[in-house]
Formats: sequence, structure tokens, C-alpha cells
Amino acid sequence: MGSHGIRDRVAIVGMGCTPFAEHWEKGLDDLIVDASTEAFTSAAVTKDDVDAYWFGTAQSGMSGITLARPLQLRNKPVTRVENYCTTGSEALRAAAYAVASGAYDVAMAVGAEKVKDSGFQGLNAMNPPSDGTARTLTAAAMFSMVAPAYGQKYGVDDETMSDVLASIAVKNHYNGARNPRAQFRREITKETALKSPRLAGTLGVFDCAGVADGAAAAIVVRAEDALRYTDKPIYIKALSFAAGSGSGLIDPGYDYTHFPECEAAAADAYAQAGITEPRRQLAMAEVHDCFTPTELVLMEDLGFAPRGTAWKEVLAGTFALDGELPINPDGGLKSFGHPVGASGLRMFFECWLQLRHEAPAERQIATTDRGLAMTHNLGGYPGEMVSFVSVVGSELG
Amino acid sequence: MHPDLTPSQVRFGRPVGSSAVRGIISAAGYVPYRRLARADIAAFMGSGGGKGSRSVASHDEDTTTLGVEAARLAARSTAGITPDALWFATSSPAYLDKTNATAVAAALRLGSEVGAYDFGGALRSGIGCLVAALRGSGTTLVVGADMRDGLPTSGDESNGGDGAAAVLVGDGPDVLAEVVATASASDEFTDRWRAPGDRVSKLWEERFGENRYVALGLDATSRALAVAGFEMADVGRVIVTGMHTRSVGALTKKLGAPESALGDDLAMSMGQAGAAHPLLVLASVLESLGGESATPGMVIVLIHLADGADAVVLRTTGALAAWRPVRPVADQVAQGAPISYGKFLSWRGQLTPEPPRRPEPARVSSTAAHRNEDWKFGFVGSRDRVSGAVHLPPSRISMEGGALDDMESLPMSDAVGTVVTFTIDRLAYSPSPPIVFAIVDFDGGGRYPVELTDVDAAEIKVGSRVEMTFRRLFTADGIHDYFWKGRPVREKGSA
Repeated sequence: MGSHGIRDRVAIVGMGCTPFAEHWEKGLDDLIVDASTEAFTSAAVTKDDVDAYWFGTAQSGMSGITLARPLQLRNKPVTRVENYCTTGSEALRAAAYAVASGAYDVAMAVGAEKVKDSGFQGLNAMNPPSDGTARTLTAAAMFSMVAPAYGQKYGVDDETMSDVLASIAVKNHYNGARNPRAQFRREITKETALKSPRLAGTLGVFDCAGVADGAAAAIVVRAEDALRYTDKPIYIKALSFAAGSGSGLIDPGYDYTHFPECEAAAADAYAQAGITEPRRQLAMAEVHDCFTPTELVLMEDLGFAPRGTAWKEVLAGTFALDGELPINPDGGLKSFGHPVGASGLRMFFECWLQLRHEAPAERQIATTDRGLAMTHNLGGYPGEMVSFVSVVGSELG
Repeated sequence: MHPDLTPSQVRFGRPVGSSAVRGIISAAGYVPYRRLARADIAAFMGSGGGKGSRSVASHDEDTTTLGVEAARLAARSTAGITPDALWFATSSPAYLDKTNATAVAAALRLGSEVGAYDFGGALRSGIGCLVAALRGSGTTLVVGADMRDGLPTSGDESNGGDGAAAVLVGDGPDVLAEVVATASASDEFTDRWRAPGDRVSKLWEERFGENRYVALGLDATSRALAVAGFEMADVGRVIVTGMHTRSVGALTKKLGAPESALGDDLAMSMGQAGAAHPLLVLASVLESLGGESATPGMVIVLIHLADGADAVVLRTTGALAAWRPVRPVADQVAQGAPISYGKFLSWRGQLTPEPPRRPEPARVSSTAAHRNEDWKFGFVGSRDRVSGAVHLPPSRISMEGGALDDMESLPMSDAVGTVVTFTIDRLAYSPSPPIVFAIVDFDGGGRYPVELTDVDAAEIKVGSRVEMTFRRLFTADGIHDYFWKGRPVREKGSA
């Protein structure tokens, strides 16, 4: 028994990513076709060259048919996956394992979400029939309980905490302003963030991810075959996943200042990839900044800063585009919005661009000589969460 | 029944303190938290209103939840006596066809052997239940609950109130006040009427009702006192209730009771809560007479005017001195908080504000709700016998140690807890946003994230004390979603 990972056995050889936006004129099928076509072109393959497909969508469709119909795939193995906000990452995890197992030569992960057809603001879950006793809170409200808990535990006063959270929003908007695929391409000031209307607890509009439609796709092959498709493949070093038991909601020991599921997923990923000092070994990380306090706490859960110190690192610019460890160089969920099925693959897309030195010059990070990049997703709420962590690298070994 | 008595007259000639005594074992009123100052109606509308205030049920309360709250208080105020019947009376039932008393019984965790029945529709149903219980046998929990509406500026809007009461009737040494006599005077006349589906009543000319009610009230009272063998001068407390305000005042004067015997009918502070009001005032009177200064043998006369008159003559027992009601009506009346007239109108469906732009919840699954009845209606969790870990909702496998199917049921509805952290959700769907939400750690173990109600966001802080309350979360496809929320513990004397 054990989690062994598939380090260096699978490579990503082609990717696609649509702009994330309120795509009033594009439906789910259009987004799927756009992202998939870009990925096929990128890997120089056709849809028939791909042996198996995994399609991630949280609630834009059911079954593999949702992908097979728009791409007109005939009798291919197409599987729809869903795992909260990690859905897109799960599609890639499944495709990578399928190739690593030897079952298929070429597999593809596509993630897509059409959010803006609901007529409502924000993301809205479609829940199965129930006894009516479940919580009705928004994600913003659940995550808003993190900031005061963190501040109280580590002695960060309210004003400083507001400054820290605004700094995270400012950083991600700065990065997103340099990304043509981002939903929000405008820098903001701390003052703008601080003055925005409050939505839940102390969280304002600029503490929350946007809401956008989008799709992204990746094609994976065995590592030894990678150079047949591209001269700059990126290799999968680690794929980890952790589902909490939900006990944080009812466990008096949980204090809302950390996400144990994310710590567990990171620890497993680092073991798979052989990483011991993530802050120095990673060139960058894409993390799940659904709300600004989430990103703050993740800096500690993922081992980038000791407990109780991430707020200082944020203020010091450690995680800025030109900082010691750039976090969310593409602008993150903050700038991209969160089409649930697509977000995880969108994160891989930024690693793909950065490690291949294909990001626009104004956002290319200077740390790529480290050769490793991370993506991190979480889904659910503090206390009841799933978490995904991957590490990819530009070189084998 | 004694062969000499007519069906409307019963005398129970048993000595005070006898174990054969039948009467009231416990009683409690529930007055919802919000108060509409009647002056605010005139300030808004230019007319209507009056002096004092009326009680206002929260947007998440209905007559069923009001009844549950009163019954919980009555149950807590007595020593573990389980009724064998639960009778629920209201003029404003949450459901027709479907019995509402079964939801009340489920929230109280009464066994299925307890007969739960509704007495719905008429304003006379509450006093009718009480009289029937007093004249019957066994141990009966009589619950009355009502929410009274009127058109803006109407007398019914001002003088009506929302509230509930529960009266436990039975035999034995725990009886606080024995029933001495009851008398009824029924009459068919159309003074107040409301068609099924209508929200507000229509009224005939006031003088007609006054003419009938005063005569009927005098008749019922004099017959009850005659059967009891008392004069009005013997009476220590007399209370007249009813929605016909003018008759209540006129009858009270004409009864000729000593000034010192006139009790507070709560009309000024909370309004008349329809079918529940005679029970609620009775609970309040017993509370005012109880405790260390209790006087055994005091005669209480309760008269309710609704399509006739009913008079109940009670006499306090020695047990009243030891009775400790957990939350007297007087305290609840004093602890109310204001609600604006606009909010009142929106809660009553008279004004429709912009809703949050979020999907409305889907209807509750009847099958899921029934499987989880203990959890949903009773707030019963489970505790791992090995680790002691408390699971809300109950779980088959423990979160600590992983024991399988080794849990005991753990009723948590009376547990009190402390706010660990909290938030205010301005986005989530609610009939009255924003939602105030807290993570609560219960004394004795267990944590649950609860929505708070009867709360102003600014009054909550980490460390605030919270108790549970039975509420209606929403209604979809006509199915009410009942579950528990938290509310701040308001100790006596705090505002």
C-alpha cells in the first residue's frame, strides 16, 4: 500500500485554453470546441489520434456525451468527471493515470463550464433531493470566517488583515492585467479593494473570484513518446488528491485557520516529486484563490511560509510576479473567474506557458530555471473540502 | 359526569392537594421576539395604530413553530411528565389536511403512541381544547398558537398579536391549579368571519358583537361560579380575552370583580394572539402567582369570547410554590426588540422587497425528511460510545476512531453553546436577508454551524451564547422546511 505517483512517466504535449469571460455569444459546445481545437493543434494531433477522453464539468452537462457530441467523437471512451472545484484537475489526473497504466497511448482532458446561462450571480450548486437541513450559506460566507480566525490566532489586527487581503487582490489583478485570456484585465489599487461593497463578513467584491465561462484542455502521452509531439513537453512529477471527511464542520478542534485537506494533498505531492523545500524548489504555483483569505492560508498549508507568517510574506511581496515565489502569475481565479470544470486545467495552462517560456514578456517569471511548477485546487468549504495538488516540470529526472 | 349537571357544567369537588386533583400541571407562553410599536403604523400610513405594541412572529416562524417553542418551555418547566395526547389549536394553520400537531410532537420528540390532533380554524378552538382537556382524562398537552393579521391601519392589525402557549393538563400531586368548574355559552352569530384562503377577517358592526358577547360572557361566568360555589368576591384573578376588544373591556367592567383581581391581558404589550391568547394569559397569570409568594387556594377565572363565551374556574394548589417556570411570559414581553413597519409588512407578505438574486431552494424531499425525522425535527445527533465524539447530524461511523454503528442518540435541542466564529452572508437566499451564521460549540460537546435568528448582526460576537429554536427555513411547492436555528440567549433583564 502506498501513494507512489507516476513521476516522469507521463508528459503534457499539447494544451488549449479559451479566454475566460462572460461569453454571452458562446455556448458550452463552442467553448469545448475552441479549447480542444487549440490543444489538438498544439500537440499536432487530430481527435482520432486521441485514444481516450476525460471531460470535467461540475454542472454544465452529464456523461461523456457532453464532450463527444460537440467534438463528434465516435465510440471513443469518454468519461465525465466531477469533484467540486477540482473537477478540471481530476480530468487530467484520470487521463494521466490511464496513459501511465499503459491502457492508452494518447489521452485528453477537457474541462469546461458554462456558468453565465443561469441568470444568477455567482456559482450555484444544484443539490440532490434532501431533508432540507443542509446549510444554505454561500462559499463567500464560509470562507469569510477564515480571516478573523487567522487574525485572532496570530495577532494580526483588523486593519493589517485588510491590508494583507487587499495586497493579494492587487497582486492577482496586476498579473491578470498582463494576461489576454483573463476575465479582468485591469490593475486595481488597495484603496479600490478596501472600499468595495461587503458581500459576506468582511469580504468585499475584490476579495472574491470573478464569475466567468471558459474551457481548457490538455493532451497527455507516455513520457518516452513526448518528443514526438513537441520539443518542449512538460512532465508530470506529482498528482495528489485528498478528500476530507467533512468533520471540520462539527469538530470543535477545527479553528478555521488552515485547510488540512490541502496540507495532506501537498505533502503527498511533495513526496511523489521529491520536493523538500517547495519555496525554493518551485518556480511558481497556481493556487485556488477563490477568496483572498484562501490564498493567504494556502501559503502556509502548501509549505511556502511557516504558520502565522504568510501575512508578512504577502506584505513583503514574496509572492509577487517578480517575488521569491510567484503565486498565480496568470492572475488566478481572482482575474479569471471560476468556470469550475475548466479552472484546474487553466492552471496547468499557465505552467505550460511559463515553463516553456511562452508567457507574454510582461508576465514571464524569472524563476523558471528551477524547472518545477505547482497547481493547486480546492473544492468545498473550510471543514469540508477536497484538494488537488500537482507538480509538473520542464525536464525529466 | 355528574348526573345533576348539564353538559356545559362540570364541577370537580375534590379537596386541594388531593392526588385525585385534575388541572394544570405546567403552562408556558411564547412571545416572539419582535414588537411593532403601534404608533409606527400611523407614522407610516397617516392613520391606524394606537398605543403600545404588538408581537410579531419572525419571517421564519409559523403557528407550528410558535407552538413548538411554547411546548418546549412548558416541558422544561415540569418534571419529566409525558403527555399521552397533544392537541394543537390555531386559526392560522401552516397546513390544511395535513396535521400540524404531528410536527409539534416530532419537535418535542414525543413517541408515536401520543395522539397528536389539530383543532383548526376558529378562534374558539384554543379555549375549546383547554376545556375539553380539563373535562377529560389522561395527560393532555394543549398547545395554542396564532398569528393575527389585518389590513394596514385596521384594528385587527394593531390589536392582533402573534404568540403561543402550551398547557399540560392531567391529574395528581403536580397539579398547579385544579379545575373547579367550566361553563360554556355557545351562540351562532356572524360578528367576525374569514373565508378559507383569506388572510384577514371581515367584521360586522362592532355594537352588535358587544351586545352579544357581554351577555354571553356574563351568562357563562355566572353559571361557572355557581357550579363552583363561589361569588365574584372570592375570585383572586379574572381575565377576559377575545378579539372583540370592545366586548373584552365592557365585560371586564360588568363582571364586578375586585380591582385587585384584574390581571394583565397582555393586549397593550403584545396584542391578542387569537386562539392562543386565553392559554397564553393563563400561563402568565400562573407564573405571576407562583414561586415563594404563591398563595394556595386562589381562585382564577378565565373567560374567552369567541362565538359565545367559555369560562374556566381554577384554584391554585400548594404545588404552585415549588413551580419554577423557565422563561415567564413577563420576561419575554420585556425582552422584545422593535421591528419597523416596513419589515413587518414584508414579513406578512404585504410588501414584496427585491429578493437576493440566487435560486430559490428546491422543495424538501418527504422521504428524506421522514427518514431523518429525529434529526430534522428533534435536533437529535449521535455520540460515539467509544470516543465520545458528537456527530451532528448523526453518523454511523465515528469521526474519531472510526467505530462503526456504536453511537447513542443525543438530543441537542436544549443544548446551549458559544459562538466560536461567525459571519454575515449578504448573498445567500433568505426570506429576510442578510443571514447571520455562526459556528457554535455546545456545552458538553458537539459543534454545529447554525443560522442565527431573532438577532441583529451587531449584537453577535465571538463568545456570544446561543440556544436552539425550531423554525421554518423556507417553503417550496407548499412544503414547509422545518429545522433548527440558533438565537442569542437573552437572560432575564437584558434587552
